[in-house]
Amino acid sequence: MSLDERLGKSEGEARVGNAALEPELKEALQNFRLSVQSWSDAAYSRPRPVMEVHGRRIWRLAAGWALGCALLAGAVSEGVHVRHVRQEQARVAYLAEQEKHRLALEEQAREEEELLAKVDSDVSREVPSAMEPLAQMMAEDDSQ
Amino acid sequence: MMATADQIAAEEFSRIVTSHRPQIFRFLLASTRDVDLAETLTQECFLKAHRNWGSFRGESSAMTWLMRIAINLQKDHWRNRRMQFWRHTRNNAVDLDEASDWLPSGERSAEQGLLAKEQVGRVWKAVEKLSERQRTVFLLRYVEERELGEIAASTGLSEGTVKAHLSRALGKVRAELGGKQ
Repeated sequence: MSLDERLGKSEGEARVGNAALEPELKEALQNFRLSVQSWSDAAYSRPRPVMEVHGRRIWRLAAGWALGCALLAGAVSEGVHVRHVRQEQARVAYLAEQEKHRLALEEQAREEEELLAKVDSDVSREVPSAMEPLAQMMAEDDSQ
Repeated sequence: MMATADQIAAEEFSRIVTSHRPQIFRFLLASTRDVDLAETLTQECFLKAHRNWGSFRGESSAMTWLMRIAINLQKDHWRNRRMQFWRHTRNNAVDLDEASDWLPSGERSAEQGLLAKEQVGRVWKAVEKLSERQRTVFLLRYVEERELGEIAASTGLSEGTVKAHLSRALGKVRAELGGKQ
């Protein structure tokens, strides 16, 4: 039979004040408190192997930090890599655009040059009509 | 020679460390059953307290404030540990039998001593089964003997919630002592 049943109470009616607790529970809680206090006092005032514990903690801490740094470095380098790839892609796209623009300008310049050359050639071959009588006279003189 | 405000604050903090450190350690030891861990968390608690000493307004007692820091550190520790699944859990925690061995050497007969040890062992067993909040509230009330208002202030719970957690925790301890499953 449980303590509750013996005392005629249900769990739902549990009381939390020390004075209101059943004697057996009160005694158990008191022993528990004294036990924890006794353990804590002994552990608190024990001679501590400072270096050993400290060293182990430092080792754990260092391992944690190293792992953390490695993960962070991985994450950062991944980010940097992605950024670098994007930048490279953007640079290539920009250069391609520039090249395309340059070729278009060159093509335009070449066309203009050809047109000018054609015009020059047409102009140089054609005798202006105002000069035609003089040219005929020069041709007659030559024949005489 | 007049002491500067910093010196006064440092001395005051030093007094608080001296007077409250054993209690904070005891609470963390009972919560973790791990002496090394309790020492580390106690140290972290006072480091954190030192860093935030300037912002302590004295609205609650220094003990309540420190206990609140300790509870949060403990919570963070278990949360981190749950995430660090590759680490051994409770590798330094003593088992229940060992924890029950500690009893003050009072005027007890051998039989009374055995009975007390058994009682303490059963309470530990019940405490182990409690939820994190129930355990915190239970330990603050029945080991640290804090008032309900102080427990509420330390845990950030309302007094009603503290009472409910205590009631459930006591129910489990009662059941363990009464041999219920």
